[in-house]
Amino acid sequence: MLHFILKRLGLAVLVAFTVSFISFSLLFLSGDPAAALAGETASGEDIEALRRLYGFDRPMLVQYGEWLWSALRGDFGESYYFKLPVASLIADRLGVTMLLGVCGISFALLTAVPLGVVAAIRPNSLIDRAALFISVAGQAMPSFWFGLILIVVFAIQLGWLPPSGTGTWRHFVMPTIVLGYYAMPAIMRLTRAGMLDVLSSDYIRTARAKGANETRVLFRHALRNAIIPVVSLAAVQMGFMLGGSIVVESIFALHGAGYLAWESIARNDLPTVQALILIFSMFYIVFTFLADVLNAWLDPRMRSS
Amino acid sequence: MSEPLLSVRNLTLDIPTGSGTLHAVRGIDFDLNRGETLCIVGESGSGKSLTSLALMGLLGKGIKRSADRMTFDGTELTTADSRKMRSLRGARMAMIFQEPMTSLNPAYTIGDQLSEALLLHRNVTRAAARARAVELLEKVGITAAESRLSQYPHQLSGGLRQRVMIAMALMCEPELIIADEPTTALDVTIQAQILRLLHDLGREMNMAMILITHDLGVVARVADKVAVMYAGELVETGPVGEIFNAPTHPYTRGLLRCIPLPGKTARGSQLGTIPGIVPSLVGAVEGCVFRTRCPHATMECRGPIPKRVDGDHAFRCIFPDGKRHDEKELTA
Repeated sequence: MLHFILKRLGLAVLVAFTVSFISFSLLFLSGDPAAALAGETASGEDIEALRRLYGFDRPMLVQYGEWLWSALRGDFGESYYFKLPVASLIADRLGVTMLLGVCGISFALLTAVPLGVVAAIRPNSLIDRAALFISVAGQAMPSFWFGLILIVVFAIQLGWLPPSGTGTWRHFVMPTIVLGYYAMPAIMRLTRAGMLDVLSSDYIRTARAKGANETRVLFRHALRNAIIPVVSLAAVQMGFMLGGSIVVESIFALHGAGYLAWESIARNDLPTVQALILIFSMFYIVFTFLADVLNAWLDPRMRSS
Repeated sequence: MSEPLLSVRNLTLDIPTGSGTLHAVRGIDFDLNRGETLCIVGESGSGKSLTSLALMGLLGKGIKRSADRMTFDGTELTTADSRKMRSLRGARMAMIFQEPMTSLNPAYTIGDQLSEALLLHRNVTRAAARARAVELLEKVGITAAESRLSQYPHQLSGGLRQRVMIAMALMCEPELIIADEPTTALDVTIQAQILRLLHDLGREMNMAMILITHDLGVVARVADKVAVMYAGELVETGPVGEIFNAPTHPYTRGLLRCIPLPGKTARGSQLGTIPGIVPSLVGAVEGCVFRTRCPHATMECRGPIPKRVDGDHAFRCIFPDGKRHDEKELTA
């Protein structure tokens, strides 16, 4: 197990470096950063002055090395727009995004896994069909539309929940549902398919032949095997929720890191965009790594491969 | 003689399908005493495995089971609720399956899976269960038993896994063990070892055993009783000596000619075959099911075939011994 963890950790670090290089160079592929920074009315001399000021005239590898070295120490430079250190800017916003992401994925898992299990126990039953309907609806409904419907119903009509902001836990109820509902269908379908597959396997018959009751068969023998692909999927979706919650954050005015990313892209705020891409990528890498470790714990065959 | 351990009368299994009911198993009768070995032989698809799953109460959803009687040590299994069945399964009646490669849960260690069988039924400590597991792993001939407990199924070969399955079935010292083609998936060299092991353990622990196989060589060595199954019916049942020396049903005789028997089959002679295929069992099944492949079949075989009983020997054929002289027809 330790060997496996070390191997995956090494792989994760390699991926992290690759991603950091790509995210750094992407900004240079999108055009001349000095020209973009100077604005449309700037003269050629102004652009050259900016280029020297920000060091864009040096070789790219040198710039990357310098940027990476600072980034490793938590210094992502200064935001062009806010004129503040990017690190503190992101730190202020990341809490909301992470809270939302954790709530979203928990909501998705806590609804999708039980629904998937029940659907698999009774395939083609009323519950199975209802679960299918819920998941199809979730996949078909755009987040912004679903979010607006919730606001209209629960904030405006019923007045149960605040429509926007971040003050209390009640502010997070609707964003959690919208974000979680988006991830739910895939998790549910995968759980259902996995359970159906596992429940028809020989070792489930063996468990029953031993005299295990249905609860034990379902949860101890079946779910542990069926949940393995779900763990990998949930990790990717968790990463997606942190990086891609821009829509949900804008609807509910949550001003998290996703919203900041959108603002920074629109304002050509390169240091902020670079830092956010790097941080979101790191989240993906960390979640994938954690999912691998969890899966290796669940499935001994993965440890040896 | 005392009451048989297992007594089955008129066991019938129906499977509803899109094109009608599949009468998979029809009117099975047999008795099994303590310590006895019954071999059920027959072709693939004849209903051997379904019959054994029906005894264990492990049939899939949608299969309809009915029987006039199905008693295990006096307990009626047809009316037993799921709690009662669970208390029997694994404890007093255990099963060994055909596929050792997939019959163990890949997520748990051998030790966990062996202990579970005991912990489910007996009020023992985890340590005691593990000690019992080691004892049984040694009994089924696994070396370094202690260290195997922490291994996972994927680290063991097929032969070892089947030994583990056998050890698991024996954890609670069951009175009945059902082995459904336990060696089919194994290498030929391992098959004989596993069967000898099962047979010896059965004797040692005075367990009744139902061994499902299509290997008549195995039957000759281990069986006390033989039940020949064809297309969902037991066409002939009897003590092993009678079945091998004086087979009555044309199907049994055909089967016996398909295998070389030491001392009986002349060197260089052709082995027999049974021409034709098993009939469809969807919809009404009437008359003798073997008549489409039987060389002796007449119009009468389309009618009801009563079961004939002669002591321990029973068969379903309206032409018993009379036709024995023209056996040659079968091999043609």
